[in-house]
Amino acid sequence: MAARLALRGVALGYLALLLALPLGIVFFNAFGGGFHQAWAAITQPDALHALWMTVLVTAIAVPANTIFGIICAHALVRSDFRFKRVLDAALDLPFAVSPVVVGLALFVVYGRTSPVGAWLLAHGIHVIFALPGLVLATIFVSLPFVVREVAPTLAEIGTEQEQAAAVLGANAWQTFWRVTLPSIRWGVIYGVVLSTARSLGEFGAVSVVSGHLAGQTETLTLFVEDRYQAFDPVGAYTAAVVLALLAFATLGAMNWLAAKEKSKWQSLPATSEKASATTSP
Amino acid sequence: MAATDLALPARWTRSKSNNGIGLPAAPGIATAYLTLIVLIPLAAVVWRATSDGTSGFFEAILQPQALAALRLTFIASLAACALNAVFGTILAWVLVRDDFPGKALINALIDLPFALPTIVAGLTLLALYGPHSPLGVHLAYTQAGVGLALLFVTLPFVVRNVQPVLMELDLEAEEAAASLGASQLTTFRRVILPSLMPALLSGVSLAFARSMGEFGSLVLMSGNIPFKTEVASVHIYGQIESGDVAGAAALSVVLLAVALVVLGLVALFQRRAARGS
Amino acid sequence: MTSRFLSLALAATVLFAAAEPAFADGHVTLVAYSTPREAYQAIIGAFQKTPQGAGVTFDQSYGASGDQSRAVEAGLPADVVAFSLEPDISRLVKDGLVLPTWAQNAHRGIVTDSVVVFVVRQGNPKHIRTWDDLTKPGVDVITPNPFTSGGARWNVMAAYAAQLTTGKSPDQAVAYLTSLFQHVSVQDKSARDSMQTFLSGKGDVMLAYENEAIEAKRIGSPVEFVIPDDTMLIENPIATVAGSSNLRTAQAFVDFLYSDRAQTIFGTYGYRPVVASAAKNFSFPIVKHLSRITDIGGWDAVNKKFFDPQSGVVAKIESQIGGH
Repeated sequence: MAARLALRGVALGYLALLLALPLGIVFFNAFGGGFHQAWAAITQPDALHALWMTVLVTAIAVPANTIFGIICAHALVRSDFRFKRVLDAALDLPFAVSPVVVGLALFVVYGRTSPVGAWLLAHGIHVIFALPGLVLATIFVSLPFVVREVAPTLAEIGTEQEQAAAVLGANAWQTFWRVTLPSIRWGVIYGVVLSTARSLGEFGAVSVVSGHLAGQTETLTLFVEDRYQAFDPVGAYTAAVVLALLAFATLGAMNWLAAKEKSKWQSLPATSEKASATTSP
Repeated sequence: MAATDLALPARWTRSKSNNGIGLPAAPGIATAYLTLIVLIPLAAVVWRATSDGTSGFFEAILQPQALAALRLTFIASLAACALNAVFGTILAWVLVRDDFPGKALINALIDLPFALPTIVAGLTLLALYGPHSPLGVHLAYTQAGVGLALLFVTLPFVVRNVQPVLMELDLEAEEAAASLGASQLTTFRRVILPSLMPALLSGVSLAFARSMGEFGSLVLMSGNIPFKTEVASVHIYGQIESGDVAGAAALSVVLLAVALVVLGLVALFQRRAARGS
Repeated sequence: MTSRFLSLALAATVLFAAAEPAFADGHVTLVAYSTPREAYQAIIGAFQKTPQGAGVTFDQSYGASGDQSRAVEAGLPADVVAFSLEPDISRLVKDGLVLPTWAQNAHRGIVTDSVVVFVVRQGNPKHIRTWDDLTKPGVDVITPNPFTSGGARWNVMAAYAAQLTTGKSPDQAVAYLTSLFQHVSVQDKSARDSMQTFLSGKGDVMLAYENEAIEAKRIGSPVEFVIPDDTMLIENPIATVAGSSNLRTAQAFVDFLYSDRAQTIFGTYGYRPVVASAAKNFSFPIVKHLSRITDIGGWDAVNKKFFDPQSGVVAKIESQIGGH
């Protein structure tokens, strides 16, 4: 009994010191000068523009990765092709690569000194230090989430329904739109939630390719750093609060969706069956 | 599908396809997208790293400041991951075997480091443990501060990998051990831990890969003092800014190599875990 | 599902296209070094109240002078560049981004002046007043990284020149620099980052622009500053970018910066105005012996000798010290 309480104490204490207390201080610092001061800080033009940039970049990156994710999952699970194992392994790269390296990679490919970059610039297309660079960086880092959620789902639901549709005369596309997609929708939605959270929070990669032009190429995460460096702690903390609230919303959505998936929800993830089924050698 | 999957979402089945209706264009589109977005840029980094020849490459990574950054990153990551291996297992244990009011909330909170932007993570740690700390603890500009930030961002990995395994554990073995007179600690060490090991190691490996590349939470917290608190990613960033792109690419290749090794380890451990269960 | 995807894709394309700025002449992008952020924000406000400035919108980017200059070279869009020292603008002349005639006005292209000072804790507990005090045992000096920050270069050259003024030989002056760098515990990217570090409690003394010290006091930080007897005049240049599509407005803005109004605003933020009629409203302390970069050969020669990343004096000092 004592051991149980001790373990509980250690666990909760650890979480409090590492997660809860620091977050609490951020909220405290943001609203310490009163709600009006915080509101003024977050509604200044640069802050609003940064929020807009974050939303815009996410609104482009997430749908792109969703479409790719569904297509890729379909390819991995329903087709056989030569580079399937390579593709599957490569999908994990965005998880393991440092965000700064992502930024550098884009800088090398699309910067002024590369042939690709020079050609684009000559045709008036700015990638680095402009919106397309931010979008490409964000797409890179949030790329695998939808695939990795949809593929197991697709594998699990099996092909009977699709085969039935084929027997009834549907062609490949009709089957895909009307049978496959609806059955994987919760996997898609969950992947979209994770992908969105990752896109909203991206910092390192966009930091390299953005140029930090306040009011033009700053996202909300870059804005937090910018305000901190500019001796504007309230500005930094209020922007951080907005991002933290978005993070909480993500956590809420994740848990709500997990509940929808599992009829008996004890607030614990219970996907070991799926996990073991999908890690077959 | 659940929060577990955020650690490294479940892999699809690598066995043969289920002979379903394949979309003919799908493999081509998927490969093209991945190549364009991920593979070509990474290949460009490798190319750029060697554009000054092999000697140029080694010169860049053996520079004292670069080596110091790599060493610090390596050691700090190992330390943070080892700590989170212990605490992560404890947390998983408490979340699976214990019950208390608010457990659902705590469970959801574990994923916060995944969902929270890294720069905000850095700011939150700075708020509590930085120069204006209400607790009087000042960890900014120290190596301890680097470790703290890495602890934060790697928190969920072990927890989320161990939780499902813990839940599936057959209690019979533990009960048998207890009936034979084994203490709780012995039971844990000799009965439970071995079953958890693959998942634990897989989680630690993922955490390690994550912390080797960590950037956002360290930018504000560590002070980025060369030879003292500057990690590899920050050093690379500095090199890009000062125009040393080849040097930055060289160090990036080192980090990429580490990432590939770790991904390989993770695959190995996950295979062991599947075989074991 | 199809129509939903398609409309989403369409919306994304429209947003994408709309977000590309299509500015007319009424927009200026200012890329500057790290410290004049507050001053420029006030000056931009004043400019927008003038007839030439009415309705002009601004984008601003502040960072370490060297890094910002290299970013513009690498393609960062800019209409006006304001850096800490002249070589960061000359770099852009080589690429054709700035006209070679940029410095041909009454003020040689310089828009503000300052001097190198020592910033210390309130009450100056370690009694730091001279360059020799910086190398006393136990003194922790904060100065930025000279390979990214313009302010750092001014600091180093001020130290070097001060040694020469007091009769030391060039070799002895370099030996002093080595000793100085052994006392530097942190080298931040930019002057502003250095100030952050110092204000967060690290270090006993910070080498900085006088205007940064004044700014620190203005925001109520518990610091004070000392102007050593021998220090260097800092001159900050400004130029318009040649290929800019907003050249007319950009030039109008730069012209405004030399007006009494703008120079007075610079003065209130701690910069020494370059226009005499504005300067007389302020009483900046007179420096006993003020050296200039031209006294020791000018920036081109100094850059090559001291700040070449491979063979420069400072590079050698840093690797000597850092390889521990």
